[in-house]
Formats: sequence, structure tokens, C-alpha cells
Amino acid sequence: MPTFGLFISSLRDKDLLAISGWWTSLTTTKVNEIHRMSGMELQFEEDNYFVIKNKLFESNSGKKIQTFGITSKKINEFIVGEIATFKDGSEVTVSEDGVYIWKSQNEFTKKKGKRLFITALSPPSFTLDNYKEVLFKEGIGQAFLNTTAVALPSTLIPLIICSFFAYALTWMKFFGKDTLLAIIIASLVVPLQMSLIPILTIYNDFGALFGVAAKSYPGVWMAHTGFGLASTTFLLRNFIKSLPNEMMEAAKVDGASHYDIFIKIIIPLSIPAFASIFILQFLWCWNDLLVGLVFLDQVPSEIILTAKLKELLGSRGENWEILTTGAFVSMTVPLFIFFALQRYFIRGLVAGSVKG
Amino acid sequence: MSLLNLFLIVFSGIFVFILYFHISNSILDLYAQRINKQFNFENSIRAIIFIAPAFIILFIFILYPVFETIRLSFYDKFGREFVGLYNYNWAINDPEFRRSILNNLGWLLIVPTLSTFFGLVIANLADRIWWGSIAKSIIFMPMAISFVGAGVIWKFIYEYRGPGDTQIGLLNAIIVNFGYEPQAWLTIPVWNNIFLMAIMIWIQTGLALVIFSAALRGIPKEMLEAARIDGASELRIFFSIIIPYLEQTILVIWTIITILVLKIFDIIFAMTNGEWQTGVLANLMYDWMFRGGGDSGRGSVLAFVIMIGVIPILAWNLYKHRQEQKI
Repeated sequence: MPTFGLFISSLRDKDLLAISGWWTSLTTTKVNEIHRMSGMELQFEEDNYFVIKNKLFESNSGKKIQTFGITSKKINEFIVGEIATFKDGSEVTVSEDGVYIWKSQNEFTKKKGKRLFITALSPPSFTLDNYKEVLFKEGIGQAFLNTTAVALPSTLIPLIICSFFAYALTWMKFFGKDTLLAIIIASLVVPLQMSLIPILTIYNDFGALFGVAAKSYPGVWMAHTGFGLASTTFLLRNFIKSLPNEMMEAAKVDGASHYDIFIKIIIPLSIPAFASIFILQFLWCWNDLLVGLVFLDQVPSEIILTAKLKELLGSRGENWEILTTGAFVSMTVPLFIFFALQRYFIRGLVAGSVKG
Repeated sequence: MSLLNLFLIVFSGIFVFILYFHISNSILDLYAQRINKQFNFENSIRAIIFIAPAFIILFIFILYPVFETIRLSFYDKFGREFVGLYNYNWAINDPEFRRSILNNLGWLLIVPTLSTFFGLVIANLADRIWWGSIAKSIIFMPMAISFVGAGVIWKFIYEYRGPGDTQIGLLNAIIVNFGYEPQAWLTIPVWNNIFLMAIMIWIQTGLALVIFSAALRGIPKEMLEAARIDGASELRIFFSIIIPYLEQTILVIWTIITILVLKIFDIIFAMTNGEWQTGVLANLMYDWMFRGGGDSGRGSVLAFVIMIGVIPILAWNLYKHRQEQKI
């Protein structure tokens, strides 16, 4: 429900968004507006009157005026079609579609027209303007690309590394295997806060030593790989262990090396498991805030979506059209994955979503 | 940075690892063909090739930092001079720290319990009604959304406008409708924690729901039917069959959410930034990492306190793993 509200809001006109709840946008609502009529440039003479004729809003907006007023104290004084008289003797009338005719016997001399207060029925109206604004002007579009550049390698690299690791832990014999497995199980629950300070120090030293930036994309990839390594390995190992033993033995008898077995047997069989783990890790990296905040510079070319959104929450807290639209842009990819690949997502979660 | 550049960086980053595995293994294959007999030698080299990248990363990013953080917690803010228990002493006497501990405890008590409870109840109900799977899908959806995104959504719900204005926040619109004064929900101490927890519960109920649904399917139908024939009420079945049957699952979900809650950071960072007495350990730690040029000693103490929270779970997992290995 709340997500739906966000989606609706992101499509609404920004002025309306600030004054009424999103749930009202689905039905026709009453709105109060203040408009200023045009000034002297538009006047023309007709039947001894000076006339200014214009419209208050675009006629395709679908708004229908019910009542109007000429002072802020009585904004509902006149019904549409009635004639209102100003103190200076000029008369104005407004029709339902926003067209007004303002007549006076004397010539209009002011550059600005007088104010009109209208009460109109506004049908549900939606716009894509917010998206244009947010994607290109507010830098959400760039942040979207940045997040992609963070999330894709941060998902694929652990998948590659851990599949070899998990295979070794299951089918190879080597010294210290049990200890290694215990370490992985312990690492599953280690909070990533434990790693932040030491790794930041390492990155700073590394950057200073080789004269490169301490905060960079490869740095974030490695951090995500490190934090996702234990859970990815654990899930993959559980899966590889469940594969039939005989197949591996047969391949070995035929003289296949571990690498052949891995490439030709394990990988094809593990595709469903890969899909599940890919989705879990990808969503984790896409939605992450802390790692991106600590290991990337908060500059336009590196800032990720979640960090950008948080920044907007602080600086543009009142501009709901930017916030809601930005939030929705950040959710497009997760929601797509959710609806298109729900089966794999659920399978991955059920297989044991244990993440440190 | 152009799109092409970005693509190249991403692609090469991934490709490096594929190349590593392929080239190293191919060389080993060639070598092994030449000297056929040293099969054992080949196998141990192969094991090293398979394990090395993962192990090195595990070492750099998890194992070493754990000990380094503990070491740093006994050092000054630059990590240079040994200061003994000074940082711990500071923490115990710091009102912000105490507040954070209390808040964390509140989160730990309320969020896992309620999420698990709602998940379990909804999983049971959803199987009985025809629109159950749609409802499940909707409740599960927040799982896919980032905490910050969820923050924006809920900020929109808690939004406050002065008493005379039209309320655009859902919660205030509802209570104004019933004739109450609108409230600035996120600034009322103690209660605002509950409002923040609601967000986490909203997200995690989905997780619990999905896992419970899968587990419920594992309960033998015969057992439930037998109970029904014997005249057991649905409530009785729930408490006497379903809950005992799902005991392990309940424990697992409760643990998962507990670990998540211990590290909770994003929601509070996005919504209140720890103001109005909503701070938790992870936020305080983030603060101290950068406040006044960064204080690695105090930051490390805070990280270590979070770590202490997971140690019982860690020990329990290892114990269970040991049991499984024996079988």
C-alpha cells in the first residue's frame, strides 16, 4: 500500500503533491487556487470597453471552475458565469474552463492584473515531468548508473570466486578444510561494522602508497565481495554437496581434472542455485547504503542511489515530488527482479539467508 | 564518466577473475600432462588455485579486521598509542552510548518478535483464503526495496503539517479525520523509536512469511487431517502441531532478523539521523568514524559492542555445525 502511494505521488503534479494527500489524487477533488490576471499589454478595445481576455490555465487540464472570488476574504463569493465588480469599477467574469473576460471603461494602466481566487474540481491528473526533472537535473540518472556499476561486479565477482571455493570445500582434500569451514560459518554472522575502520585504513594506506584514489569502484567491489563471501560460499557449498557423488567419481575415473569437472559438470548443474544467489547478493548490493557511503566519495560520478536519496532527504526534504520520484527510480530494478524472478528470490531466501 | 567507460571498468573487473581461474588452471593442466605421476602435487596446487582468491579476500575483509578492530579499541583516536580501557570507560559514561544501547535493546526485543509473529500468523491465514497468494506477494514486496527507499515511503506516511493545513501524511490525515491534533511523529522521544521499528517490521514480516510458507508445506497433511477428525480446533492445531513442528524455523528466522537488527543503520540514518533520542550503536559508530576527523578507538569500541551481540549466535551456529559434522 505505502509503495503504491509513493508511485502515485511520483506521477503527480508537484504543486498538488505539496497540498493534498496522494489518496485524493485518484478521485476528482476540489482545489483552491490563486491566479493573477494579465496586465495592460493584452488589452484591446471593444464596444467602448477596454477588455482583457485570457485563460487562467490550459484548457486541456480538465479542471472545472465552480466558484470564484476577487478578495482573499471571500474566495467563494461568485458562481461561475456571474459578474464581479472591482472597486475601480472594472468587471470580470470567469467561465468554467478558466477563460476570463475583464472589462473596464477606463484604460488598464498596470502591468500586472488583479488576483482571482478560484475553486475548481480537478480530475485525476498525472504527469511524467517529475521523472524528467529527477533523472536529468537532480543527478538521479547518474546515480542509477553508478549503482549499476557497483552492484553488477559486486555480485558476479563473489559468485565466480565462491563457486571455486565451495567446490574445493566440498570435493577436494586439503589440510585445514574443517577449520576453514568453521571460519566461514563464523564469518556468516560477523557484523560488517567490525570491518569498516580497518579496511578504510588499508584503503587509505594503499591509495597513498601507489598514488591512487583511496575510494574507488574496485575498492567497493572488493568490500562487497568480502562481506558477501561467507554467505555465498555457504549457500553454494550446501548446493554442490547435494549433487550426486557418482557423477563426479565417474568423471574422475575418465581422467578429468577438477577444473574439467567444475566447468563441465558443476556449473551447468548449478545454474538455478547461481540464479538465486545472484538475486540475493545483487539486491543486497543495490540496496546497500553503508558500504557505498564509506568506501565511495560522495561526488556525482561515484555517489550511489541510496546515498543520493539520503542526501535529497536532507537537502530537499520539502520537495516531495523529487523524493518520491527518486525513491521510485531506485526501486525499479529491485521491483522488476521481485516480480520477474520471484521464484528464484524466494528459493534463495529459503535456502538460508544468513548474512553478516 | 561516460557510459562506455563505466561499462569497460565493470566488464574488466569481472573479467580479471575469470582470466585468473582459466589461465592458472590451463597452465596446471599442461604441466600435469607432462609429468603424469605427480598426481598429488597437481591436486594440492589445484586446491590452492581454487581457494586462494576467496581465502585472501576472506582474510583481508573479515578475519584481519575482527582482530584489528579489537586491537584498535584499546588505542587512541589515531590508533597510535595504547590507552587501555580508556575508550570503554568513555563509552560507559557517555549518555549517547547508553541511549543507543537502550534503543538497540528495544529494537532487539520488539522487531524480531513481532516480525516472526506476524509472519507466522499471516503464513497460516494466507493458505486458507483464495487471495492468499496475492496478499503474500504484496506483504513480501518490501523485502526487495532498500531501507532508504522504505524510509522515503514511511517519511511520507509520518509527514507532519501544522494543525490548520491539509495533512499530506497518511497517518496524520487519518487521526485528523477522527478529530485529533496532528503529531510530528518522528520527534516524540521514545515513541518515535516504535515508529521507526514499524518500518523494519514492515520489511521483515515478508521474509518471515516466505520462509514460514515454505516450512508449512513440509507439515504432513495426514497429521493435520487426523487432528481435525479428532475434533481439535484450529487454534489448538496451531499451538499443538504447527508451532512445535516449526520450532527450528522460528528459531532460524528469529536469529536472522536479530542479526539484521543489531546492525540496523540505514533506516535511522535516513529518517532521523539519530536525533530525538533515536540513535543506535551502528549510527553512533558511523558518527565517530568521521566526527572530528575520525576516532578509530571509539568507533572500534562501538563495533565491538555490536560484535558482542552476535557472539552467542555465532557460538550456537558453530555448535550446530559440529553436531552435523559428527553425523
